[in-house]
Amino acid sequence: MQSKGHSAEVLYTVLADRGFFPKEELDTLGKFRSHFIGHPTRSVPGVEQNTGALGHGLAVAVGMALAAKLDGRSYRVYTLLGDGELDEGSNWEASLAAAHYKLDNLTVIVDRNGLQITGPTENVNPLEPLADKFRAFGYAVRELDGNDTQALMDAFSSTPFEAGKPNLVLAHTVKGKGVSFIENVVKWHHRVPTDEEYASARYELNQARAQLN
Amino acid sequence: MTELGRPNLEVFADTVLELASQDRDVLVVTSDSRGSGKLTHYGETLPDQIVELGIAEQNVVGISAGLASAGKKVFAASPACFITARGFEQIKNDVAYSDQPVRIVGISAGVSYGALGTTHHSLHDFAALRAVNNITIIAPADNFETRETIRAIHNTDHPVYVRLGKAAIPQVHGAGSTFTIGKAALIREGRDLSFIACGETVPVALAAAELLAGQGIECRVLSMHTIRPLDEQAVRQAARDTGAIITVEEHSIFGGLGEACAAVLMQAGPVVPFKIVGFPDEHMVNGSQKELFNHYGISPDGLAATACQLLGNAHQAAHTDTKQPLAWISAAAEMTASA
Repeated sequence: MQSKGHSAEVLYTVLADRGFFPKEELDTLGKFRSHFIGHPTRSVPGVEQNTGALGHGLAVAVGMALAAKLDGRSYRVYTLLGDGELDEGSNWEASLAAAHYKLDNLTVIVDRNGLQITGPTENVNPLEPLADKFRAFGYAVRELDGNDTQALMDAFSSTPFEAGKPNLVLAHTVKGKGVSFIENVVKWHHRVPTDEEYASARYELNQARAQLN
Repeated sequence: MTELGRPNLEVFADTVLELASQDRDVLVVTSDSRGSGKLTHYGETLPDQIVELGIAEQNVVGISAGLASAGKKVFAASPACFITARGFEQIKNDVAYSDQPVRIVGISAGVSYGALGTTHHSLHDFAALRAVNNITIIAPADNFETRETIRAIHNTDHPVYVRLGKAAIPQVHGAGSTFTIGKAALIREGRDLSFIACGETVPVALAAAELLAGQGIECRVLSMHTIRPLDEQAVRQAARDTGAIITVEEHSIFGGLGEACAAVLMQAGPVVPFKIVGFPDEHMVNGSQKELFNHYGISPDGLAATACQLLGNAHQAAHTDTKQPLAWISAAAEMTASA
């Protein structure tokens, strides 16, 4: 479940790529009567919970994971949080419960890109030492390069990191990774590119893809 | 005559225990509130079907939404004052907007906590939740309505808010009563005026009707246990049949049952003498629930006096002006004249 609902476009794109709905439907994003709202809802196939207001996803994920524990079911729960939304106290309430109920079937991924809409998180409302805070709240923490998909896959395939503890992946990321003029620039938190910017970004991403192949 | 029953909260706890004993998916979620929710026995009897989350009401609602999405039949029981205020955004988004069938149970609602003060009163919850799409709101009057409510929402597919008090309550329903969510319950029939009440004010309205009967004024008493969806037909019918309405609620006069009924009547056409009795827009005096009810006219005497005043005014208006102009037209004319 994606708690950082404002990244809906990424979620929609991945779900389309995974075949949850035809890719053509993505063109309706933000249009009148479209299901593809600016924040995810259950009317989009593959989305299990409506999000968008920050600080909500973790508690819901804790509930889903707790239900699995109560019923002896084997499914696992993953939730993606932004670092800015950690300002919301509700995350820390939910963390207390995740540790108390020993939810090692829960994996919380924190997108630690260091930026929120006003500026660097450490200037707005400092979070560090973040890994220590999560450890103190009872998580088994793994820090990694969040732009390295192999590192993420390795982490996801080695949960639980520690039996009886909720898993926390502290994913250090570069916001806007792969597009030189967007990387780590605060204003791109929420900005629609001009036609020229769009073309430049596509060019850079296509170059990167060519190198991968 | 009405027999004094048990606190509705105790009936809730017994009923949910009955259901949970036969359905492993039933789960009670609490915020350090099992004592105030009369759920201690439940917790001892079914320790695997209660989830304690401590003093964290937003967490209670969010986690309940997650449990519900995984198939659990959750009764999230927490003081009404906190869960509908502290947990409001979670109710709005995680439960109502996401359509997760969580049963939010507001413990000791209204001014049940009396002298604990305004922090512990929930006089806002109808107004707040009426403005949120996709949540049924129920305020049962007596033990019968409480039991029927909890049974009726056991297998709900959508969000519900149930608001319960903790006082021992006179039983307003007799043998053979029926209960349907969204359908007002006729407690007493009358032709002169209707009391439309909800929750713990219903027995008070019934007692007022009995007083008024002694003066030859026959009142209809409706238990409007479901605040939303409102039984609009019953409200219109009450206006047509009895010609005057007093609404009674343990809630602010803003945004609750009274305004909901007023909106129905204003848009339906016929205007009848109408009075909303509830808690006014003022700093609350201190007192027990009963003292506060008395102070604000939610008492048999107070409601009987309000009824006489309303009917007296209407009677006077009918005799001084055969056209019976609406009150606001007269007021507007006076204001224009004095300007």
